[in-house]
Amino acid sequence: MSVFSPDEIRTLRSRFPILSRTVHGKALVYLDSAASSQVPESVISAEANFQRTLRANVHRGVHTLSQEATEVHEGLRDRIQKLVGASRREEIVFARGTTEAINLVAWTFGRQKLDAGDVVLAGELEHHANLVPWQIVAPQKGALVEKIPALDDGTLDFRAFLSLLDSRPVKILALQHVSNALGTVHPIQRFVAEARSRGIATLVDAAQSLPHMAVDVGAVGCDFLAFSAHKMYGPTGLGFLYGRHELLEAMPPWQGGGDMIDRVSFSGTTFHEPPWRFEAGTPNYVAAPGMHAALDFREEIGIDRIRERETELLRYALSALEGIPGLRIIGSPPERAAVVSFVLEGIHHYDAGVFLDQMGIAVRTGHHCAQPAMDRYGVTGTIRASFAVFNTEEEIDLLAAGVRRLRKLLG
Amino acid sequence: MSAADTIAERESEIVEEFSMMDEWLDKYEHIIELGRSLPLVDPEFRSDAWKVKGCQSQVWLQPGFEDGQVVFKADSDAAITKGLVALMVRVLSHQPPAAVASAPLAFLERIGLREHLSPTRSNGLASMVKQMKLYAATYAAKEGTNHG
Repeated sequence: MSVFSPDEIRTLRSRFPILSRTVHGKALVYLDSAASSQVPESVISAEANFQRTLRANVHRGVHTLSQEATEVHEGLRDRIQKLVGASRREEIVFARGTTEAINLVAWTFGRQKLDAGDVVLAGELEHHANLVPWQIVAPQKGALVEKIPALDDGTLDFRAFLSLLDSRPVKILALQHVSNALGTVHPIQRFVAEARSRGIATLVDAAQSLPHMAVDVGAVGCDFLAFSAHKMYGPTGLGFLYGRHELLEAMPPWQGGGDMIDRVSFSGTTFHEPPWRFEAGTPNYVAAPGMHAALDFREEIGIDRIRERETELLRYALSALEGIPGLRIIGSPPERAAVVSFVLEGIHHYDAGVFLDQMGIAVRTGHHCAQPAMDRYGVTGTIRASFAVFNTEEEIDLLAAGVRRLRKLLG
Repeated sequence: MSAADTIAERESEIVEEFSMMDEWLDKYEHIIELGRSLPLVDPEFRSDAWKVKGCQSQVWLQPGFEDGQVVFKADSDAAITKGLVALMVRVLSHQPPAAVASAPLAFLERIGLREHLSPTRSNGLASMVKQMKLYAATYAAKEGTNHG
């Protein structure tokens, strides 16, 4: 018994206008939601209506448009607070995306916290966004970035993690909740709890988990949590950082500009309270109404049903792909989120991507901005199919048929 | 293949060859087939120093200069990229350096494969063409110096 009836699936799909387009004359099969999910019409029209009726810069004006736009924008902060279970609205910082949110933490908190010889610990499967910022910042303080090794099944080596905690001067743990390259759902609470009990600060990259499941910062126990709107049926150019209030309060500003100041003069400038201290310049306020609509969509369908449906699709995909000769799925973690990554013996992932595209199938090929993960599994790249609530078993059948076909053509 | 024909003539020949193929599959099968006949780079050139960087597929390019003409050998780890590289080598190898450096190369567009040459494309082909032209310009400059 499926989570949704065929009628419900049809209705759901009809809400995503892009799903009715064709690519190379074939119906689009969109299996790249881990890069960007598609958006329902309600998100598109919320942004468009805002542009038509409400557009004005936020936080500054006393005029009606500016005040109404500020209500939409700051109202989003309240909803994001609720979404992740933060205890105060001031713990939510708006950013351009997960990448900017992590950079913010690295450049402010990271530089504040790290001293010579200290270690930032990151998982071997990290997206470059949660690795490179630390690699840039750590050496400035003489600190090092070290890895928690990954195992063959796509999970992280928890015992190695514990021994690193006990043998190395770890100050910050930077860890993904879900691997974008393999789909592994890490037991994030266990990792965070071990770090916290040793006084280590924790940042969780939740870009790939929040689109698929409920994430509560109290339950996770982390100090920072970063995620993006565009992977959760929302607009681009908008992301969020949750930061524990006492840490945000002690952090220096990062980018300077309008909105983040208290008083500016040539003899010295003082800065605004968090979160605004970290929000220099005009924010992407046009995205706020879109994100409201994306959250409405999430609440209406229900994140638990989204998760169940995606799990159903994932199981279907794994069994559809597993039978294909020469196909190797990377990783077999006990828990996986809406992503399956595989390689085809003797076929370059780029060739596979070009051929699947010709068949109307959008998958991601390459290293998925996780080169250390690729190195770990001895591949230069993979073919990654990722799912969202709007995908169907028929689309997975098309993917499997497409892969079989390209094996004949290229094998 | 005659070494006397011009870049434009070779491009026309390719366009004609592809004009008989309506289906994308036929085109790509032909491209992959062409890749199989590509003059491969000598072993010492299959190294990072001679690699043209693409995000997903790699291209190795070996330039040479013989009898006043630029000669290219190349290879790629992806079959489609290798075929596209073969097309480029077929058009640009054994040509006068000045002609290579200034070749407009419109044939990919005419055979409906323009998207592969986009600089944002991750196959490294655009970087390879740029690199080929750069080598040609260098040979042309050297030749000018020698004659001058």
